[in-house]
Amino acid sequence: MSIFINFRIGNFNLDMKLKLPILILSCFLFSTLEIYSQNCDYNFSGVVIDLHDQSPLSNATLLIEGTDNIAISDNNGYFKFSGLCPSNYSVTVSHLKCKSKTFSIKLDGNLQKNLKLEHHINELNEVIVLAESDKRSKTIFENKISNELINDNSSSVLGDVLKNVSGVSSINSGNSIVKPIINGLYGSRVEILNNEVNIQDQQWGIEHAPSIDINSAENIYVIKGAGALQYSGSAIGGIIIAEPSKTLLKDSLYGKTLVFGGSNGKGGSIMSKLTRTYQSGWFSTIQGTFKRFGDFNAPDYVMSNTGFIDKSASFQIGLNQYNYGFELFLSSVNNEIGILRASHLHTAGDQVRAINSDSILYVDEFTYKIAHPNQKVTHNLAKLKVYKRFQDFGKVTFQYHFQNNKRLEFDIRRGINKNTSSTDLRLKTHTLTLDFDSNLFEKFDFKYGIKGEFQNNFPNPETGVKRIIPDYDKYDFGTYFISNLKLNKNWLLEGGVRYDYSKIDALKYYRKTFWESRNYNNIYSNIVINELTNQVLTNPVRNFNNFSATIGLSKKINNFNRVLLNYSIGSRAPNPSELFSEGLHHSSARIELGDLSFSAEKSHKIGLTVSHKKNNINININPYINSINDFIYINPTEIQQTVRGSFQVWEYMQTNARIWGIDTDINYDFTEKFTLKSQISYLKGIDTTNDKPLINMPPLNFKNEISYRNLKFHNFLLSIQSDFTFKQNDFPNNNFEVFVPTTGKMELVDVSSTPSAYHLLNLRSSVEFKKENNIKIKVGLSINNLLNISYKNYLNRMRNYSHDLGRNIILNLNLIY
Amino acid sequence: MKKLYTYALIASLLFVSCSDDDDPIAVNEEEVITTMIVTLVPSDASTNITLKTQDLDGDGPNAPVVTVSGNLKASLTYAGSVKFLNETETPAEDITEEVEEEDTDHQVFYTVGSPLVMNVVSTNNDSDGNPLGTKFKIDGISSAGSGKLTFTLRHEPKKPNTGLTDAGGSTDLEATFDIVVE
Repeated sequence: MSIFINFRIGNFNLDMKLKLPILILSCFLFSTLEIYSQNCDYNFSGVVIDLHDQSPLSNATLLIEGTDNIAISDNNGYFKFSGLCPSNYSVTVSHLKCKSKTFSIKLDGNLQKNLKLEHHINELNEVIVLAESDKRSKTIFENKISNELINDNSSSVLGDVLKNVSGVSSINSGNSIVKPIINGLYGSRVEILNNEVNIQDQQWGIEHAPSIDINSAENIYVIKGAGALQYSGSAIGGIIIAEPSKTLLKDSLYGKTLVFGGSNGKGGSIMSKLTRTYQSGWFSTIQGTFKRFGDFNAPDYVMSNTGFIDKSASFQIGLNQYNYGFELFLSSVNNEIGILRASHLHTAGDQVRAINSDSILYVDEFTYKIAHPNQKVTHNLAKLKVYKRFQDFGKVTFQYHFQNNKRLEFDIRRGINKNTSSTDLRLKTHTLTLDFDSNLFEKFDFKYGIKGEFQNNFPNPETGVKRIIPDYDKYDFGTYFISNLKLNKNWLLEGGVRYDYSKIDALKYYRKTFWESRNYNNIYSNIVINELTNQVLTNPVRNFNNFSATIGLSKKINNFNRVLLNYSIGSRAPNPSELFSEGLHHSSARIELGDLSFSAEKSHKIGLTVSHKKNNINININPYINSINDFIYINPTEIQQTVRGSFQVWEYMQTNARIWGIDTDINYDFTEKFTLKSQISYLKGIDTTNDKPLINMPPLNFKNEISYRNLKFHNFLLSIQSDFTFKQNDFPNNNFEVFVPTTGKMELVDVSSTPSAYHLLNLRSSVEFKKENNIKIKVGLSINNLLNISYKNYLNRMRNYSHDLGRNIILNLNLIY
Repeated sequence: MKKLYTYALIASLLFVSCSDDDDPIAVNEEEVITTMIVTLVPSDASTNITLKTQDLDGDGPNAPVVTVSGNLKASLTYAGSVKFLNETETPAEDITEEVEEEDTDHQVFYTVGSPLVMNVVSTNNDSDGNPLGTKFKIDGISSAGSGKLTFTLRHEPKKPNTGLTDAGGSTDLEATFDIVVE
């Protein structure tokens, strides 16, 4: 046994030719802006919002204590105090039937804060002020998925809901396995946090959906790029943060039940959540979801074996005091997902048949039954968190997480193995974190933390199929320091560094012929621990030392305009699939080969955000450029003959890549009742070493939604969304030829060509009824793909085998109590 | 001192529970077909002709070794049989038995590439009376020449079918032989 040592530090060498002009331009932009210096002319404004459904609360009274300065929120929940001097104020907010609550604000400039109230509860005991300090990064624009949107999509999967954020798309394997893509990157490059726990569920595979039930979250945030260093330094795509609801310091019992029915897949979901809170700070929440769908439909046929069953539950108990508290969180997600039967192919010849066929290769009667091929995935998670706040020192938080992920993949097999899974992976992860949020200095906030993690993967050999992901133990240690400095009332500087050590210690059987063809028998002869007739047992050990950093500036130009600039360096160690893959990947009919010698990927991302927010208009424009050294990608290299037939061989390789793009979000209330929402995402990904396009880059997407909302008439909502996806014209040509006996010729296997552009219309409507006893009922009707358009999505791995989903009529009932 | 022992004990327990030095057991792939042997028995009782494809590393980088033991004669007919083996196991496992057990889920197809002209027809059926194709006959061989003869084993094909083009299913094996007719 021996150890490979690979010591690399994030590469600081920037392509200055490209980045310098951006920096100069930004500096110029900032320096030309005027700086205010008046006193007693400040405004404090915002919107009072119902915490539960994000609707504005009118007629709330706001009083600045010690003065007679009163503001009352208008029909849109908007309030404004003006002519205020810089000082500390106590503001009391009260609303009909609510108990008043006083809280402090510090004013040293114009301040805009939205105040969230627990509206349907009679006694208001806590006002949650969503201020800047709640954000994870002050110099990266943070997109938020509201609770209303989560409730309205409770039967959807995470990846689909996230598409409501510009710059976020998804890579799909059918319609139920949806992996989020952030600014062109996915898989191990996107971290998903469920209630502060980094989900460890084998995100390396395209057909591995994130194990999370969106219903356990109250809000979901998306941070693009690796800037949120307290969570990870390797999330060079971005971070998705699912947060459970904040609990109230009062004696209360509340909950919600969401019921869904969808015509496509003839299924539905039911989810219920109940929360009990006490004045003393004790709280507990219990939540459960059950979803079941049968085979989904494309406009012209049944997509056989695409049903799924999802059973999820979570439980939370804790004590939430200002000075100390704890939380225990348990969650279990169980999915059974059918894989499109027509995608089950074995050889390149089968692929030719599927691609050249006008229709789908396998259609059967609609059924709820899930047959092989399918997946059964279980993800159990336990989290324990304890915190204590020390006066004039700060807040110390300790967490322990345990995650157990079990993944079974069933294939169509022969003989006694018919009902044995062909993949059986068990991934266990233990994580310890200790975080310190400083309160030592008034002007200088910082956070410091350490993390230790141990992970064990056990691929069960009883499948009788060669293990693609080997047995391994992985050890991680990370430490970070992030801080921000308020330079003056308009300028804020943010910076952070993080170091991660990672060691992977694997036991892997290699096919002897592969071992020799790669010349590993000479390079890595010292890691061989046993030689069998056809296989070699090896003990590869890899160490990675990764460095990541972020620096950013936030500049408030005036009350309406803000500019954020951020530069982040992220480093990601190669994942087990990139290092160790070796063999046929059944679901994609190709042979995938990893590389033992890979180094870590280094990303340098510069992102600029220009925000404009004035009364009825809100615009965010976010251009970015991400330069990635040693980018790991998979590339076809040759055709391999086996007794089964021909296969294309895809090898993981490292190259230098650059992804640049622009994300735009516009929200314009052009009258009190009509709102226009636009979202444009555009990007370009280039393999700069080989000067060719990167594969699987999202094409230009343009979404526009016009909605009519009448607050006076049961909060009636009617909206129509146009979702236009262009054809991706930049793609690498990975086509190849194969001998097809039926024609007696070499035939082209066109795995590269991208589908045509498509335009979908989606309709959404809802009404709300409020009952006296604080019960709110919302009834909604939505139609997705209204015109039943037949289309194919470039980022759906099944696109060569079937069309995408046809029309879906969804009826939903939300009961909030 | 007592405390120290306790800590040491806890620490050793932690380490013991974390380290698992047992080597993982090797997986012998039970379903892999490494070898197909086609035996052609000529009608004049002369030497049998064997068509063989063998790929001992399965999906590994080595290509299959394809051999044809002799030429076919246009004047003769042949009785053929197909045998599938998994030679990664010792002794080799006969996969033909499995295929014949699950006969309704399998079919062997024959594709005669031009300019070869011959009829290749299945002579054994599955339990539903549809062709299985592990036994077959060749007749109607006309004129001399050379071309390709392909054997395809489909898993879960549509049955009955009119041939490879509408059979569907997935390919478990596909082997092409260069055939010379004298």
